[in-house]
Amino acid sequence: MITIGNYVKPKSLEEAYELNQARSSRVMGGMMWMRLGNARVKTVIDLSGLGLDQIEDEGNVIKIGAMCTLRQIEQCEALKDLCGDGIAECVRHIVGVQFRNQATIGGSIYGRFGFSDVLTAFLALDTFVELYDGGTIRLSEFVNRKPDKDILLSIIVRKSKRKFRYDSIRQTKTDFPVIACSVVTGMVHGKETWYFSVGARPMKAALLEKQWEIPADASEEMIADYARQAASEFTYGSNMRGSAEYRQHLAEVLIRREMTSILAEGR
Amino acid sequence: MEIQFTLNKKQVTAEVGADTVLLGVLRDLGCKSVKCGCETTNCGLCTVWIDGKSRLSCSVLAAGIDGHEVTTLEGVEEEAAEFGRFLAAEGGEQCGFCSPGFIMNVLAMKRELDDPDLEEIKEYLAGNLCRCTGYMSQLRAIQKYMTLQNENSGKEAQV
Repeated sequence: MITIGNYVKPKSLEEAYELNQARSSRVMGGMMWMRLGNARVKTVIDLSGLGLDQIEDEGNVIKIGAMCTLRQIEQCEALKDLCGDGIAECVRHIVGVQFRNQATIGGSIYGRFGFSDVLTAFLALDTFVELYDGGTIRLSEFVNRKPDKDILLSIIVRKSKRKFRYDSIRQTKTDFPVIACSVVTGMVHGKETWYFSVGARPMKAALLEKQWEIPADASEEMIADYARQAASEFTYGSNMRGSAEYRQHLAEVLIRREMTSILAEGR
Repeated sequence: MEIQFTLNKKQVTAEVGADTVLLGVLRDLGCKSVKCGCETTNCGLCTVWIDGKSRLSCSVLAAGIDGHEVTTLEGVEEEAAEFGRFLAAEGGEQCGFCSPGFIMNVLAMKRELDDPDLEEIKEYLAGNLCRCTGYMSQLRAIQKYMTLQNENSGKEAQV
């Protein structure tokens, strides 16, 4: 059970950052996961008054405020234009609408949870995070950093003509995923590049980049070989939801399906 | 700390701790429809609307509600009773423990989705668990209720 000494809703980011430097302070997102933990928090910092709850289409990037809810992301037309149904797919299995009206993208990304669908999806995209003190860095760099006392302000997705697919497997609806995979492909510096992100392994999502020129008429066997190779380059673990071997098999299947879907649509 | 918020269109004041959750505050203020089920954000029993959006009051810090608008089943009693009749007619109320949270989310869905199909209804209500009905009677009730709502709004549009 969590106990909280003080609740503070800062009026500026500077104030929030200063408050968060104390060891026993914590920034709250939607409080969905934090509330379930055992912790004594001296000061909880609520960022909801700082205007971080907007999704802005800035032309070449989409900037998602850290306090945007998962429901906002699910319903965002700009993200749908960029990623198709992939972003909605990555959040629509997360409990229910009430939960997604409350859980924030900042909480999901900052937490770098092993079960996170959101992290798995955004990691494969051309995504950056904006930190109050640490500036703007790639999500792939942020995901491997140790948690510190910085504050996540926004998630920035660079627009490009990339194809994106997301899929996950769950034992029951609304449960954590047994495995989550996203595949993105597009031209990067003149070369066809494939990005694979696999989460819920059950470790946090990891990213794999491959420069593969796959012909549009690639056979099923050829695609299966690529998927097998991609899936084999991640490490997997076992827990009550599945063994490492089972997870690797599922990852291979999902990656193959996603690659097939992208190739069928045309790049 | 003292918070002020609008509860079912009335201004209220409450004294809360930093880690007090909204659910307890609402029950103390007389809104007994709001129930505590799982306390882990999975069952939907504690569903209320905050600024018009359905949320889980077991996981909302009461301190953060200062200045906001909260609606519970008591604030939409007539509408809830109307849907409740459909629920009862289909045998979808059974023990009734999950009904308040479930009804709040159905009414939120009615406001948000225009003529949802069965899959959309199931997805919207995935966060409301019921251990009696197996959901089929509830889904029948929702579909009949939504059909009537659409017919009524069609008639209003024609007038």
